[in-house]
Amino acid sequence: MKVEPATSPLLALLAGFISELRAAGLPVSLTENLDAMEAIQHIPIEDRDAFKYALAATLVKNHAHWRAFETVFEVYFSLRGAEYDLIDGEWPEGMDLSDFVDGMDGQQRRQGGGGGEAMSAEQLAEMLFQALMRGDDALMRAIARQAVQRYAGMEPGRPVGGTYYLYRTLRNLDLDGVLERLMDQARQDAPGDLTPLEERLERDEFEARVDQLRKEVEAEIRRRLVADRGVEAMAKTLRKPLPEDVDFMHASREEMMALRRAIYPLTRKLAVRLARKRRHGRKGPLDFRNTMRHSLSYGGVPAEPKFRYPRPAKPEIMVVADVSGSVAAFARFTLHLVYAISNQFSKVRSFVFIDGLDEVTSFFEGVDDIGEAVHRVNAEADVVWVDGHSDYGHAFEVFWERYGKDVGPKTTVMILGDARNNYHASQAWILKEIEHRARKVFWLNPEPGAYWDTGDSIVSEYGVHCDGVFEVRNLRQLEGFVENLV
Amino acid sequence: MSFSFADVDSVRKGLSDVQYLADEGIAGVVYLAERLQKPVLVEGPAGTGKTQLAKSVAEATGARLIRLQCYEGLDESKALYEWNYKKQLLRIQAERQGEDPEGEGMWQQIEDDLFSEEFLLTRPLLEAIRAAEPVVLLIDEVDRVEIETEALLLEILSDYQVSIPELGTVAASQIPLVFLTSNNTRELSEALKRRCLFLHIDYPDLDREKEIVLAKVPGVGESLADQVARIVRSVRQIELKKAPSVSETLDWARTLVLLGVEHIDADTAAETVNILLKYRSDIEKALKEFASSDEEFAAPVATS
Repeated sequence: MKVEPATSPLLALLAGFISELRAAGLPVSLTENLDAMEAIQHIPIEDRDAFKYALAATLVKNHAHWRAFETVFEVYFSLRGAEYDLIDGEWPEGMDLSDFVDGMDGQQRRQGGGGGEAMSAEQLAEMLFQALMRGDDALMRAIARQAVQRYAGMEPGRPVGGTYYLYRTLRNLDLDGVLERLMDQARQDAPGDLTPLEERLERDEFEARVDQLRKEVEAEIRRRLVADRGVEAMAKTLRKPLPEDVDFMHASREEMMALRRAIYPLTRKLAVRLARKRRHGRKGPLDFRNTMRHSLSYGGVPAEPKFRYPRPAKPEIMVVADVSGSVAAFARFTLHLVYAISNQFSKVRSFVFIDGLDEVTSFFEGVDDIGEAVHRVNAEADVVWVDGHSDYGHAFEVFWERYGKDVGPKTTVMILGDARNNYHASQAWILKEIEHRARKVFWLNPEPGAYWDTGDSIVSEYGVHCDGVFEVRNLRQLEGFVENLV
Repeated sequence: MSFSFADVDSVRKGLSDVQYLADEGIAGVVYLAERLQKPVLVEGPAGTGKTQLAKSVAEATGARLIRLQCYEGLDESKALYEWNYKKQLLRIQAERQGEDPEGEGMWQQIEDDLFSEEFLLTRPLLEAIRAAEPVVLLIDEVDRVEIETEALLLEILSDYQVSIPELGTVAASQIPLVFLTSNNTRELSEALKRRCLFLHIDYPDLDREKEIVLAKVPGVGESLADQVARIVRSVRQIELKKAPSVSETLDWARTLVLLGVEHIDADTAAETVNILLKYRSDIEKALKEFASSDEEFAAPVATS
C-alpha cells in the first residue's frame, strides 16, 4: 500500500478527523483508517462530494452513524479556511440580482457581502420569497449567508451554542409565514382551484425548499463558529450521542423516529435467538422404542441409538409495561417495542398499568398501523385506579388476580418500568409467586443504575424475585439484553 | 493493472449508458472499489436498485456476472465448491474393471486422481475466483445467511482466494469486483463490514427519481414523470408500513403510460395507487391524506 508520508497536511487533518469520529463513538478500526488513507489518494479533495463519500465508504459501516459522520465532516472539511474552502462568502459571480432588487448598482454587487448589507429587511425577505419560489439553490445559499450575518448577532468568543444563533436567524426570517405566502402564490398561479392532491404536492415541494434553506443557515452558522473557535472545540460542542446511545427518557422527536426504525431488526434478532435455541438445543432423552425398532436392521444390535427430539418450547411472552408520566417517553418507546415483539412471536400478551392494570393485547393484534394501536392504548386502556400515579403494588395485585392463572412454566414475563412506587405497598410477594410459576422474569429499568433505590424507587425489593434486572436506557443496552438472553 | 474507469465521472457515465443513474455516492464508491480492490457492501431499503447496481456495473464493464443468492441454510457446498461424488464413484468403478489393483501404490494414485480439479464442482464463489476473464461477483441478500455462515465469505473477501484442503489454495487470477447486498434485517458481523466498503442506497431524491422514470419507462412524458416523482415523494413522507420503492414507482409510471394518462388527478391516483402500495392500511392512509384539505395534514402524522 502506498501512503504518503504522514507529514502531509491532508493526512494530519485526516488523523484529527478520525480521532474525532472515534470520540463521537463511531467504531473506526485500524484497517478502516488505512483504507481511508488509501482512498483519499484516489479522490481529489476538490471534489468535495466524492471525497465525502469516499471517506464515508471506508469509515462508516452503519447507516445510523451517517449523521454523526456528516457533522464531523462538515466541521473538518467543508468549513475549513481558504485552503479547502470551495464556496466563498460572496454573492455568486454573475448572479443577476437586479431582477429582484431595484436601485442596487453593479458596483455594490461586486463588493460581495457589501451588496447585501445595503438591502433593507423587506428586500431580503422579498428575495428569499423569490428564491424559494424558483427553487434557486445558489441564491438560497447567498441569502442564508446574508441572513446569518444580519440577524444572528454573532460575536467572537461569545459562549453561546449554535442553536441560539439558529433560532435568532430563523425567527427573523419567519419561514412559516413565507411558506404560507408561497402557497398563496401557487394558488393564484394555478389556472383553476388547486385540488387537495395538487395542494399537497405544492406544499411538499415548498417545505423541501424551506428545509433546504434551514440547512444552509445552519451550515453558515457552523462555518462562522468554526472560524471563531477552531475545529476541535467546535467538533466537541456539536458532538451528539449516536442513535444507539440516545437515552429513551430524553429522546427528541426525531431521535424517537430513528429509534423506532431500529426496533424492528432488534426484535427479529430476539426472535431468531429464541428460535435458534430451539433448533440447536441439545438432544432429548433416549427414545427406547425407536432405538429397538432400528436395531432390527442391525440384527437386533442397538447400533444406532435414537433420541427424542426436544419438544420445541414455544415462547409465551407477557409484557407488563408502566405507562405513567414519570416514564412517559420510555413508555411510548415501550409500546413500540411491544408491538414489534407481538409481530414476531405467536403468543404475546401485553399489559399496561399506572395504578390500575389492563390487558392491551387485542389492540396490537392484526393491526397494521402501529400509530393507531398506540393511540388506542393511550385512549382506551383502563389503567387509572385512584389518582393516576404509579402504584406497582396495586397493579401487580390486579395482574395476579385476573391473569395470574395464565402464567405457566413456558411464560417469560417482562416488566418494563422504573419501580417508582410513590411509597405505596410494594406487594413484592406477588412477583415472588410469578417467579415460581413462570419460566423467566425480567425487569427492564429505564433509569440509570445510580438512581435505583433512591427516593421512592424500590427496584431491589422487586429485583430479588426476578431472574434479572437490567438497566435499559438506550438501544445499545437493549441490544445487550437481547444478546445475553440466551 | 488496467482499470475500467478513469475517474468518478466516467463511472457515472458508464453506468448511465446502461440506464443506471448513479448519484455522486454510488459512482464514487464503485470507482473506489475498483481502485482499492475491495468488495462493496450495499445496504438500503428494498427496491432501490442494489442488485441492479451490480448487474449494471457488470454490463458497463463488459464483465461476466456471477451471482450467489443467499438464503438461510446456505453452506460451503452451495457457495464454494463440492466434490463430484458420483463421478468419483464411477472413476473407482472403472479402475476396478480395468485391471487388477496392485496394492497400495495403485490406490494412492487413484486417490490423487479423485481429488483433482476434474472432480471439483465449482460453486459461485470459487467460480468467480477461478475465472480468467473479468468478473463481477454479486452476493445477494447476505443478511439472510446465519452469522456463522458469514465466515465462509471472509477469506474470499479479504484475500481473493479459496483454500481447499485436498488441493491447496486457489488464488484469483484477476480480482473480481464484488458486491454484497443487504436489506439490513439483521446486523452483519464486524469482520465482514471491516473488509468492505460501505454504500447505503436510499430512496432517490426528486430529480433523480424523475430521471430514472424518464430513462426506464418508454413513452413517458416529461410532465408525467415529474408528477409521478412528486407524488411518490409525498407518499414516502407519510408514515407507512412499506414505503413505495423505485421499482414500484416505475411500475406505476408504466401503468399510467399504458392507461394514456397525461395528468394525474386525485381520481387516477386513487384508482392506480394499489400498484404503488401493497398494504391495504397503507392505501387507505394515503387516500385519506390526499383527499383531505391541507389544514389537516399539515399537522404531524405521527401520533407520538
